[in-house]
Amino acid sequence: MSRAQGIDRMDFSYFPGCSLATTCTESNQSLMQAAKALGFNLIELPDWNCCGSSSAQTMCKNLSLGMAARNLSLAPAGRPLVAMCPRCLHYLRSARECLKADPERRRELEESFGRPINVDIEIIHFLEVLVRYGLDRLSADAKRSLKGLKFVPYYGCTLFRPPRLEKDRYFQGEMENVLKALGAESVPNALSYRCCGSFLSATDPEIVAPLVNEIIDSAAAAKADCLITACAMCQLNLEIRNTRKTRLPIFHFSEILALALGAEDYEKWFVRHIVDPRPVIRKLAKAA
Amino acid sequence: MSAPSPQQAATLEVIETARPPRPLIEEVKERSGAEISRCYQCRACGNGCPFVTAMDYTPNQVVRLLQFGMREEVLKCKTIWVCVGCHTCSSQCPMGIDIAAMMDALRLMAVEEGVAIGKPNIIDFHEEVLKSLEKNGRAHKLSIMLGYKRQTGGWFKDVDVGLKMLAKRKLELFPSRVKAVGEITDLFKCYWRESK
Ligand code: SF4
Ligand code: SF4
Repeated sequence: MSRAQGIDRMDFSYFPGCSLATTCTESNQSLMQAAKALGFNLIELPDWNCCGSSSAQTMCKNLSLGMAARNLSLAPAGRPLVAMCPRCLHYLRSARECLKADPERRRELEESFGRPINVDIEIIHFLEVLVRYGLDRLSADAKRSLKGLKFVPYYGCTLFRPPRLEKDRYFQGEMENVLKALGAESVPNALSYRCCGSFLSATDPEIVAPLVNEIIDSAAAAKADCLITACAMCQLNLEIRNTRKTRLPIFHFSEILALALGAEDYEKWFVRHIVDPRPVIRKLAKAA
Repeated sequence: MSAPSPQQAATLEVIETARPPRPLIEEVKERSGAEISRCYQCRACGNGCPFVTAMDYTPNQVVRLLQFGMREEVLKCKTIWVCVGCHTCSSQCPMGIDIAAMMDALRLMAVEEGVAIGKPNIIDFHEEVLKSLEKNGRAHKLSIMLGYKRQTGGWFKDVDVGLKMLAKRKLELFPSRVKAVGEITDLFKCYWRESK
């Protein structure tokens, strides 16, 4: 599944983040494939580090700013920085705004890294890359139809909500636009924006399980085949904290995208799922 | 003591005996940008918060406590630790108060002031994450989970899920590491933990 060489390939710096680099490597692999098929060249940020995450944010402001800032210092000028994890996106953008407003802190950090920090860099979510440059490429490059796939778009909480970043893009509806263009059918009326529990899933599963169950129940009641998330941590939490008998497969957005664009090695990703998605995929193949 | 005569009073200097301390809401506003004084207790934040049942005060009650200047109650409460920063409240507040940012500020204040933490297992977890970040520059879930379970003793609570994740290799055995990890360790120098 490769696009004819040389056709307006576009370069982006890419920040994978800890989840996609390890626990959710299937999201990363599928993202890479989807991007390649569409002619987007995602160049991994050399020697990137954790964006800071909620933990650094909670314990020390300087630390979380410093961690995000180091990543910005590694990003070459001249191309946007793309993140797939909504939280990483949020922390990287917040750090950029913070450094813009505090030149002194910026100078200190630049001195300690021995590199300039690019505070004018554009930081965007992969979804935005798609919407901006990819919608027409999508229909041209689609290899498999998603016709008949009823999905709940699950945005979770972070992708567009933080008021501190309200000047940035609002993503509501974009996942549906992309997947509908590929033939899938979006199911409204489910809990698409309810938070997945974030770190409470690790510390207090008993708080998170009933909430996750409600999300899954709402999707099942709406007769969806699956939920499609924009965040790898949401995907994991929805899978591991569902304690009901009703189980719906949870896909990361990039998996479904890569599938539609003709990826061959999807079995490799799907066996890593805790709720087996293969019956849904088989149904889809039969319908085609 | 008898009242000073008019002549005496004229020569007395004005002495400030008590200056009202800076209101708590001002302090929190400075750190978070949240305009706490605007709240009129509509309770949209408390009704919308997905985690409210696990909290001791609802988010709107925390706002109220702040308005009353009840520092200790706020900094020691469970709510600020249960809050995951999902911004549901902030997006619903009709007065445009960024409650999630306010919670961020309160957690930092609780940590900095060294008060008793309202929900200690959560700060233990964040500490484990930071240990992993300090060492690797990236989060290593397996060592975080092991360290966390060791601290909190919750070994059996979640064994099922842990094993499933291991079987699917969702918990990587080895961490992914930053090469220039010294640059990360340097960032930890500012961290309050050092002074302990
Ligand atoms: S940001 Fe915190 S207080 Fe607000 S809704 Fe989310 S968990 Fe509740
Ligand atoms: S939503 Fe806003 S105005 Fe309403 S109770 Fe909460 S903080 Fe106050």
